[in-house]
Amino acid sequence: MIGAESQVNSPSSALAGSAPPAVVLTGLTKQFGRFAALRNVTAEFVAGKLYAVLGENGAGKSTMLRAIAGLLQPTHGKVTVLGANSVREVCDQLGYMAHPSLLYDEMSGLENLRYFGRLYGIEDDQRCKDAIVMVGLDPALTRPVGQYSQGMRQRMSLARALQHDPTLLLLDEPFSNVDVASARGMVQLLGRMRDGGKTIFVVTHQARLLADLADEFVWMHAGNINSRVPTLDLEAVQ
Amino acid sequence: MSAPVVLSEAEVKEVSASPAPTSWKITTASLSKDLWLEWRSKDAINSMIFFALLVVVIFSFSFDPTAEESRQIVGGLIWVSFLFAAIVALNQTWAREIRNQVLDAYRVSPAPPNALFLSKALGNFLFVTVLEAVMAPLFMIFYNLKVLGPAYLLLLIAALGTWALVVNGTFFAAISLRTRSREVMLPLILFPISIPALLAMVEATKIVLTGESAAKFWIVLLAVYDLVFTVVCLTLFETVLNAE
Amino acid sequence: MKSPVLIAVVVVVLALLAFGLYQALVVAPTEQTMGDVQRIFYYHVPSAWTAFLLFFINLIASIWYLIGRSGDADALAVASAEVGVVFCTVVLITGPIWARPVWGIWWTWDVRLTSTLVLWLIYVSYLMLRRFSTGGQTPLLAAVLAVFGFAVVPFVYLSIRFFRTQHPQPVIGGGGSLDPAMWHAVLWNWLAFLAFAGLLCWLRYNLERKQRGIEETLALEALI
Repeated sequence: MIGAESQVNSPSSALAGSAPPAVVLTGLTKQFGRFAALRNVTAEFVAGKLYAVLGENGAGKSTMLRAIAGLLQPTHGKVTVLGANSVREVCDQLGYMAHPSLLYDEMSGLENLRYFGRLYGIEDDQRCKDAIVMVGLDPALTRPVGQYSQGMRQRMSLARALQHDPTLLLLDEPFSNVDVASARGMVQLLGRMRDGGKTIFVVTHQARLLADLADEFVWMHAGNINSRVPTLDLEAVQ
Repeated sequence: MSAPVVLSEAEVKEVSASPAPTSWKITTASLSKDLWLEWRSKDAINSMIFFALLVVVIFSFSFDPTAEESRQIVGGLIWVSFLFAAIVALNQTWAREIRNQVLDAYRVSPAPPNALFLSKALGNFLFVTVLEAVMAPLFMIFYNLKVLGPAYLLLLIAALGTWALVVNGTFFAAISLRTRSREVMLPLILFPISIPALLAMVEATKIVLTGESAAKFWIVLLAVYDLVFTVVCLTLFETVLNAE
Repeated sequence: MKSPVLIAVVVVVLALLAFGLYQALVVAPTEQTMGDVQRIFYYHVPSAWTAFLLFFINLIASIWYLIGRSGDADALAVASAEVGVVFCTVVLITGPIWARPVWGIWWTWDVRLTSTLVLWLIYVSYLMLRRFSTGGQTPLLAAVLAVFGFAVVPFVYLSIRFFRTQHPQPVIGGGGSLDPAMWHAVLWNWLAFLAFAGLLCWLRYNLERKQRGIEETLALEALI
């Protein structure tokens, strides 16, 4: 039963060979003035997997995520997302969560999601509420997001990123400053979504949280991908 | 620990094919959000009105004209004070979108950039219109004015003139977001481009107040200016929004 | 950059400027009513034409940048705008020097003067934007502003023209026919100024491109 379901939902397990890659980076370089944040990155990422993107500060993790999300134009090179050459064509299948919350501090969680839902053509309040429930928050909460704790805000931010049911999730530091319980809840949710066939990129400093879950650990250093390994070397992360 | 393969109901549900959001729907959604947030805080409108009031009072001290002279100069005074006050509102246009980088959430969504631009420009238009509705009577009182020409034309001039200021102002506020000391930058790039529009507003207003001649040329000029720059703004906004 | 070609070009430009000066100060006849002060005209008018041409090149380069995102286009846009502002400044300074003895006033809100002043303001704001914008988006924002700056030119001209027609002002001199020798001086000086502006643009353009090349190399080397 479980096997059958994962076969249907997750192209990564049974159909890994034939599944088109979710993200292809070809010679990706991004230069900010005198600083090259990405240096000629070439990589292919199969769909239906959870990738943990690791590396020290300034390694280019967030920049790579932003390039995949279409938020910045590469200086050189190309990004192919879900088979499309322009991210714009597939942006409705993309969920992006940045380090800042991307939420309006003055509005409640539901009000925020209602507004962002409109941008994706979602007019059904129930879908916004479902997304809030999914991340373990209460849709009836009227407190403005600005008064949330960091953990709640990060979870609400996650709800915003996944309320339109994207097939590719790009999460930048989703667990930073989040309490352990919240972080574990988010990790489990990500696992379920991956098993549901979604491709997930998680940029994080807390690699241990994903030690059991991630399919691949992508180590970045100095604007390039250093190594891609299936298991986390716990020695490497203190 | 292997990940549980139990899917929550929310995830299993069929991906409902959401209809592509139309521009206008998003414009109204964004506009109503802005108006509602402004209604709750009233930051922009209050600071703008108070600023304009200060300008009017200072102008009244600086110029002490007779009723006849004031008709000649008040067109300039009115529009210059509205322009200064509008800068206050225009500078706050994108403040809310920049905090927490909310603009990125808009940029990754399929919503068209121009819908956002129009909602911001319309919002500023409403703010500045409210400002004018409050301040215009004050000018009438302080400068003891009587309109000698066709007064309804003033409404048309105000509408066209306000749009001329806010359409470029909203656009340039988005440009100056990407600069150091952005609040200073906005007037520096907005004023030169607005000179012909300002000239048209001032002259048209003066003509209507004094009833001397027809303001048709200036109104047409203003209308064409509005049209041209609305088109230019809508053509280039996506480029500016996606500049990183 | 110290190539023989450059030295040759510099020599030619200097020769042209000297010949232009000779034409303006010696060959051209003295104007009957205005006297020698009229000779500033030979610098004023060629500067204006050169500045307008440079602003037009700036527009073309900006549109080219918006379409192709080419760094060269942006380098050309910077060069033409900066040199254009310099020549435009010359126009605005020589104008009043001439106007004071001839009209008895330094400045008048005449349509040509005012349009030039507004144009100068627009391009100074363009350079300010370039200076104040942060990060890699400077070329893009500047190109966008250049398009606005150009779109507003007809409005500036029309509005000031109509504004002025209602308020009689001193009539601009120089209308009507010009002595052929005067024409010669104007055209020679224009040629000299064009060559001079072209040289400046070329140097500035190369400087800008080199700077970009260095920045790119530094950026890639900064991270080994």
